[in-house]
Amino acid sequence: MTNFYDVIVIGAGVVGNAIARELSRFDIKAAVLEQELDVGGGTSSRNSGVVHSGIHYKPGTLRAKLDVQGNAMMGALCSDLKVKIQYIGKLTVAQEEADIKTLHSLKEQGEANGVPGLSILNREQMERLQPGIGGLMALHSPSTGIICPYGLTIALAENAYVNGISYHLGQQVAAINRTAEGFDISTRQGERFRSRVLINSAGLYSDAICRMLGIDEYRIYPCRGEYLILDKRLSGSLSLLVYPAPHKGGAGLGIHLTNTVDGNILIGPSNEYVGEADDYASTAEIMNLLKKEGHELLPGISAADFIRNFSGLRAKQAPPSEGGFRDFVIESRKDIPGFINLVGIESPGLTSAPAIGLMVRNLVEELLPLPLKDSFIAEREGRAGFFFELSPEEKADLVAQNPDYGEVVCRCEQITRKEVLDAIQNPLGIRTINGLKYRSRAMMGRCQGGFCLPRIVAILEKEFGYRPEDYLLQHASSKLFAGRVR
Amino acid sequence: MSAAVSARQNGCDNVLLLERDRILGGILNQCIHDGFGLHRFGEALTGPEYAQRYIDEYEKMKGEVMLGTIVLNMDAERNLFVSSRNGFTKIEARAVILAMGCRERTAGAISLPGTRPSGIYTAGAAQNFINLQNIMVGKRVVIMGSGDIGLIMARRMTLEGARVEGVFELLPYSSGLPRNIQQCLNDYDIPLHLATSVIQIHGKERLTGVTVARMDGNFKPIQGSEWFVPCDTLLLSVGLIPENELSRNASIAIEPRTSGASVDDTLMTSIPGVFSCGNVLHVHDLADWVSEESALAGQFAVQYLNGEISPPQKSIPILAGAGVRYVLPQSISGQRDVTLSLRVASPSRNRVVKVNDGERLVANKKMLRLHPAEMIHIKVKAEKISEAGRLEVSVA
Repeated sequence: MTNFYDVIVIGAGVVGNAIARELSRFDIKAAVLEQELDVGGGTSSRNSGVVHSGIHYKPGTLRAKLDVQGNAMMGALCSDLKVKIQYIGKLTVAQEEADIKTLHSLKEQGEANGVPGLSILNREQMERLQPGIGGLMALHSPSTGIICPYGLTIALAENAYVNGISYHLGQQVAAINRTAEGFDISTRQGERFRSRVLINSAGLYSDAICRMLGIDEYRIYPCRGEYLILDKRLSGSLSLLVYPAPHKGGAGLGIHLTNTVDGNILIGPSNEYVGEADDYASTAEIMNLLKKEGHELLPGISAADFIRNFSGLRAKQAPPSEGGFRDFVIESRKDIPGFINLVGIESPGLTSAPAIGLMVRNLVEELLPLPLKDSFIAEREGRAGFFFELSPEEKADLVAQNPDYGEVVCRCEQITRKEVLDAIQNPLGIRTINGLKYRSRAMMGRCQGGFCLPRIVAILEKEFGYRPEDYLLQHASSKLFAGRVR
Repeated sequence: MSAAVSARQNGCDNVLLLERDRILGGILNQCIHDGFGLHRFGEALTGPEYAQRYIDEYEKMKGEVMLGTIVLNMDAERNLFVSSRNGFTKIEARAVILAMGCRERTAGAISLPGTRPSGIYTAGAAQNFINLQNIMVGKRVVIMGSGDIGLIMARRMTLEGARVEGVFELLPYSSGLPRNIQQCLNDYDIPLHLATSVIQIHGKERLTGVTVARMDGNFKPIQGSEWFVPCDTLLLSVGLIPENELSRNASIAIEPRTSGASVDDTLMTSIPGVFSCGNVLHVHDLADWVSEESALAGQFAVQYLNGEISPPQKSIPILAGAGVRYVLPQSISGQRDVTLSLRVASPSRNRVVKVNDGERLVANKKMLRLHPAEMIHIKVKAEKISEAGRLEVSVA
């Protein structure tokens, strides 16, 4: 059976979903294909969650333009989609005399890019913003923010789905053939999809998709960043982001502390090219290094404060020999009409996503008529925050309305049964335990599900009829259990 | 439960027991092996049987319980903010006894290198799945760490048809009780590899194996000693952590050595009227000692309510000296006899545990065998303690 669409987007990362959500405003038939069993399983859920201001990118580049534009769009988007975002600002700190020149050139560059509110702060002004901070001087960028990256990705997808976009999860593109009308896509799972317009938003696999269409000019070099997650106990330590001034040749922004919207602090990311696009292993060397940095940056930290490690991969176009960054490629291919190609969307891809969605929508409009539809719903239902973030009065109200709010399932994060049920019953559904984790925040605390996973399994069995063999962690073969005991 | 029963027995009629689970007994409910109650009741009971003794006793007293009720927050005025299906409310208490137990250290907490496939569980979570939910977590098992739950689970997995490849312990000695080494490993020919640990996780979807290596004196892998152990399941038994987030939020002073509250000889914490006992105070080896300590906490809480315990005139610190990992309580008043609980730093034989007040020996206990896994109790008489005392416990 063939599914025919006007537009197919390959890849359900934050960019693919931002594109899908833009397209869902129009009266067309569109779909997203994703090889994983959930949206946002790759780079979109494995990063610092920073909404960058745009001081770091060369004026005139797509990265500069889309980042600043995306940053400006993000507040309203998050308000519509009920996603947590905080524009807490950032200090880029000069540690030595030579860095001060860097701060001034970053400020000039940022202003050329249209970054609002930049100022250079002296020691006293820095101290006021972040007591105890080291360094000589700092560049303050008030438009830098923090966001829940997987929360944004999931919200975009849910909203796109509610507005009529089809999601085909667990479909890995194996071959693409050009046809008279457009494209004929077959997947490793044996399904076929056809479309008039095809959008490559496959991130780490975008070069592989290119090759399926005979485009050989791009290659992605996965570059791994490892992180450690700190206990919420330390959440008050940082009031805004603090980065060291960048030094030449670095491919990332240097190891630093990043607060998350949920109150944890991240240490990382490291910067290491790896051979495979799914090599998410953490290494003893880097974790030891991150711990050392952690002890230096946060004197109050103890060994028990490191609650989890993870790593993400940057979809870099710059090979190891070149280092640094190359600009995003976002092109409507003249040689392959109907093919819109996105390659090398690494940092600031998360911040740029809303602007990329808009840009790609305009590229689609050059290929297809896009009639607006009246039924588009811009807002997502639900609350941005969690039960545990509410005041005692609000909590009492909610529990009185629905007793499922009164039953705490995840004790570390104080996630309620209602929130777990909501996560299971989201419009897109869940197929994996990680899908439930990213939506509910259960299992993300210091006990890492030791307490609540058995309780969540009991809920899935009793309320949703799961059998032991039905539980997957993340991938198709990542079964949680071997079966019944007897 | 033991603290609640004791508080009632000591004459307080207004006792409320708060439990977040839907049944009483906590982790005992999944501990279906026997060995509980040997000291307390003189017979070997399973975990649920042991818990039932207290449930029955508390019910007989018509003790008040709120099940499915979690304490989300507590302040220094002993106001508890609790949540249940019946509502979110504030409960005011004149005295509070903290008995929240402990949690297991996780793979994330020990920064295990490698991938993050399915098939990695803490031993206690696996015990819950197998014993309470009839779910088998895996078939070919490696156990990391030789804590008691890991040892119990090595036997349990074997009895249910899984193949346990071995228990790998970072330290040169077991973290679990010697009796569990015998009954759970030796009796089933499960190898225990000491000074050996898991250094790498393999598998992108389900676990496919682990790399293990011998460890040097600084707990670093010895180059060339690595080997690969195929397995689909890794159970972690790498330590227990008293669950003191509630205490921390209430600004109760926490002792870094035990990760529990700092208490005096009435088990009172730094907040007057708040007591701590059991595994939330310090991780115990036997449930029987948890119950005994908690019964004391119940008694002291009632004495506090009756005005029989006032903040001590003086506070005599108790220090962990040579060969001692920690000693509890952290300070005493000198007004009453006290039983100290302590753990030694490393295994040894034919030693004396000494309690000194300066140069003066105030208590000692001869021991044939000392092991960090086994808690040691030693009694100190009030009359032996001097006015300006400063006690130190050591192994000699």
